[in-house]
Order: sequence, then structure tokens, then C-alpha cells
Amino acid sequence: MGLVEKAADIAEHGTDGARTGAAPVAASRPPAGLGFLGRFRPGRGLVLAVPYFWLLFFFLVPFVIVLKIALSETTIAIPPYTPMFEWDPDTLQLSIDIKFGSFSYLFTDNLYILAYLNSLWIAFISTILCLLIGYPVAYAIAKAEPSWRAPLLMLVILPFWTSFLIRVYAWIGLLGNGGLVTETVNTVLMGLGLIAEPLQILYTPTAAYIGITYSYLPFMILPLYATLEKMDNTLLEAASDLGCPPWRAFLTITLPLSLPGILAGSLLVFIPATGEFVIPELLGGPDTLMIGKVLWAEFFNNRDWPVASAVAIALLLFLVVPIMLFQQVQGQQQGGGKG
Amino acid sequence: MPRSWFLRFGLLFGLVFLYGPIAMLIFFSFNDIRSVTVWSGFSLRWYGELFNNQQLLSAAWLSLRVAFISACGAVVLGTMAGLLMARFGPFRGRALFAGMISAPLVMPEVILGLSLLLLFVSLEQLIGWPQGRSMTTIILAHITFTMAFVAVVVQSRLVSLDASLEEAAMDLGARPAKVFFVITLPIIAPAIVSGWLLAFTLSLDDLVIASFVSGPGSTTLPMIVFSSVRLGVSPQINALATIVVLIVAIGILIAGILNHRAEKTRARDEQMAQQNGG
Repeated sequence: MGLVEKAADIAEHGTDGARTGAAPVAASRPPAGLGFLGRFRPGRGLVLAVPYFWLLFFFLVPFVIVLKIALSETTIAIPPYTPMFEWDPDTLQLSIDIKFGSFSYLFTDNLYILAYLNSLWIAFISTILCLLIGYPVAYAIAKAEPSWRAPLLMLVILPFWTSFLIRVYAWIGLLGNGGLVTETVNTVLMGLGLIAEPLQILYTPTAAYIGITYSYLPFMILPLYATLEKMDNTLLEAASDLGCPPWRAFLTITLPLSLPGILAGSLLVFIPATGEFVIPELLGGPDTLMIGKVLWAEFFNNRDWPVASAVAIALLLFLVVPIMLFQQVQGQQQGGGKG
Repeated sequence: MPRSWFLRFGLLFGLVFLYGPIAMLIFFSFNDIRSVTVWSGFSLRWYGELFNNQQLLSAAWLSLRVAFISACGAVVLGTMAGLLMARFGPFRGRALFAGMISAPLVMPEVILGLSLLLLFVSLEQLIGWPQGRSMTTIILAHITFTMAFVAVVVQSRLVSLDASLEEAAMDLGARPAKVFFVITLPIIAPAIVSGWLLAFTLSLDDLVIASFVSGPGSTTLPMIVFSSVRLGVSPQINALATIVVLIVAIGILIAGILNHRAEKTRARDEQMAQQNGG
């Protein structure tokens, strides 16, 4: 038996084995699901250790440090916070100094609570807008002829490869006084007699909604397309054969089946949008209160590292549930990681 | 094209929404006057000013170097992480690793930036390294947040790929390292390339994390763009945007053509293999 036939043979029978968890082809194979690296201890250890320790060190440990600094006080020093542990060489005593001042400070000023709630609200509205604009686009691409799908998908992804900052900047011109969008909206609304004076759009929360929706739209479309494309079309055909009108078939079949995509896309938009800084800063103006801006101001303008850290920890607490939900969805989409 | 007029309209609206602002940006980069709302006449003066803006050019050069090195680092670590998630089966601490590798995908940048800065400051206090903030700290930060994206791309490619090819090679006596370099790597090469490009773009584009971890001597391109945009609109930024869009469009076009060719070759190979085998 040649090598290719052998490989093909194993490919044919091996997959069945992997699915049921048995190893029918050769007794020497590692248990199915363990993968080919399962047998090779030294190499396995290295491939495992390097990314693992990198993430532990550069991703997990920093959060512990943020928590530590959030529990200290600001002071005029380099770095500008009080040390948590102090070692006294004379008495050989380690004193631990924990201060909750920064956290309680978040409750003394309404600004912080308002900023958190406002961020969640703005992220929520933007997620809904992304869904409303993104769903028809994703559905249209999934319904298009196969030869059209790749180019259309490419068109959706392409803006994502250009600079995020520059795409936000584009809206300053469009939404500013005399900008194309603002002028059009004002002409239409004033022509209809709905408003007496021209609206200001730039530097209002509306501009932040538009900016976030615009920047995060591809993140909504891609997971939606992925679920809609896999959908079984015969279900819709059967529904139509049985006399179900298209809108009802959509509501009872397509929409429920695309829920995983809706969930994945919504989380991909909602979570980062909650902590967004650039868009509210450039488009939202001073009236748009968002926690990302507050954190930035505490850190760069007030130089209050402990309060900035406390703001970050609190933001993380708000996002723990959505992030865990996202990881659940992500894990399911990646097929549980089995080979 | 989909048949429903509603879907056609939805698709058109979505695409106009995505491309309208970019088109306007490009249009006003050729404006004669310093305005991005009123058209006066065609000129290339903003391109001239852009190429004489020394501060911006040196920032762009720094950003390109940071992005290149970060993307290379992220590809190595991200591929390992993807392999770990897709081919290692259960191992101790897998849940923690899965959490750490997917969290940076959605984690707000202000949190990542702040936490990495505090790590670097604490490290400097403890062991005296890294001394101050510089290009090095930006690169370390960028590798950390972009490797997650590489890992996702590589992992989904590996999951869709049947592990039995690798297992067959193992059964025929190939060592795991050889299996990886001879079988796995060539198959996941497209994923690695797109992972590299993704990491490069994300690094080149990052403002928030770089602002936290950069020092006085290391100002990246987005930081320059941001501070100039804060002061008001400038057609110079439009000119820069036009150049970026042009480069990206050419890059995607080339990638698309190469991909199309590779697919054709693969389809032909598969056909030949089937004919020979059957």
C-alpha cells in the first residue's frame, strides 16, 4: 500500500473513530482527540509552556497589578502611588497597606456611576443598530449565488483593514456643520417642518452611536454570515411548500436558527464598545460621558493611577458576564477544540 | 444577487454606509483649500505637505517597524496557541488558557493598555527592566493583544482540517516535529499568512494601548494622527487615509488573486488524486 492510499484509508476510517472516541485503525495510535502531539512529551511541553507563560505574564499578572494599585493611594512620587507591601529591615516586619479609598471614591461622585450606565446604554444602542444594518447585509450575502459571496464578503471586510482612527475621522467631516450628512438631514427635516432650527449632530451622543455602529459593523456581519450560510435551505423550502409566507418563515425558522450568530456578533460589538475611548472622544464631544474617556482622563490628565485602576477593575466587573458568555460562544464555534 | 428587493436594498444600504465615508475622505484629500466640507478645486498640495511632514514620517516609520516585529512575534506565539487549542486535547489549565487567549479579542483597549503599563512600571521597580517606556514596551504589548487574533485564525483552520493526515504520518513513523513542519505547517500556511497580516494591521492601527505604554521618544503614527485630529480636521489626514486605502486595496487584490490561483491548483490536484486512486 502506497503512502497516499494509506493516508486516504486512515482519513476515511479514522474520522469515524475520532468521532466515537475509539481508535480502530492502529492500536499504537494515541487516544482519539489527544491529537498527534499527544505522544511527544518534550515538544509538547515547549509548545504548551511558551504561549501559556507569555499570557500568564503579560495578560493575567497585569490584572493582579491593576487590582493592587487600585488598593493603594495616589501620592507624589515615581510611580505615583503608595506601596502596598513595606519591608522594615530593623524590625523584620512586613506591613501590608490596603486602602479602599479609590473604590469608595467611585461612589462619592455621581460622574462614575453615570459614566458606567451611559457606556452600557451607548454600547447597547450601537449593538442594536449594528444588528439592524448588519443582518440584512449578512443575509443577502448568504442568499447570494456562491460566486458572488466571496467578493461581497471581501467588500465587508475591506474597510476593517483600513485604519480605524481614519474611519472615525471621516465622520467628523460628514457630521460637522456644513457636512454632507448633517446638511442633508437638516434640509429634509426643516423642509418637512419637523424642526425649526438646524440640528447639531457632531459632538452629541448621536455622533457616538453612528461612529460605533460604523466601526464595529463588520464584527456583526461576519459571525451572522457564518451561521446564516450554514443554514439548511430545505427548511425554508418546506415551509413555503406548506404555504407559510416568507416573513413568517423568517421569524419562525431563520431568526431562531441564526441566534448563535446574533449572540456572537452582539458580544463582539457590545463588549469593546462599552470601553470605547476614541469614538466618544473624537465624535461625542464633552456631553457624551463614557467610562473609557473617564479612565483616560484620570490617568493622563489627573495622573491619579489608583483611581484609574479602580475604574478599570469596576469596568471589568461590569463586563465579566458578557466576556464569559462570549468565551462560551467562541468555544462552541471552534468545535470544542477537538481535532 | 438575492432575489428579494428588501435584501438587495439592505445590502446596498450597508455597503453605501461602509464606503460612503471612505469615498468622501478620498474626495476631499484632493481639495484645494483647507476644508473637508466645501469643494474648491483639484490640487495635490496636501500630499506634498504630507511628504514634507517630518514628524509624521518618522512616526510612520516607527509604526511600521513596531508592526513588523509584533506581527512576527504574534505569529509564532499565536500559532503555538492555536495548535494548543486545536490539537492538544485536554491538558491541565486548559480552561484558563482558553479564557486568556480569547479575552483579548473583546477586552476594551483602555483596560489592556493600563494593565500592561502598570506591569512594565512594576517590573522596572522590581528588576530594573524595561528601562522606561520605548519601542520595546509597545512591541511586547502589541504581541500580547494580537497573538489572540492569530490564534483564532490558526485554530479555526486546524479545527476544519482533519487530524487524520497528521495521525497517518505519525503511524508511519514521523516524529511530531517533522509532522508539524512537513504536514501541518504547509496546510495552515494561508491561515498563518492572514494571521500575520491581521496582527500587522492591528498593531499599525492601535492608538490606545500604544498611548499607555509608549515613552517620550516613541510616538507612533496613530498618536500623531489622533493629536492632529483633536485640533481639527486637516486634509493632510485625508491624504494619508487615501494612501492607506490604496495600499490596502492593492494588497487585498493581490491576496485575492493568489488565493484564487491556489484554490484552482488544489482543485486540480484533488481531481488528479481521485482519478489515480480510483
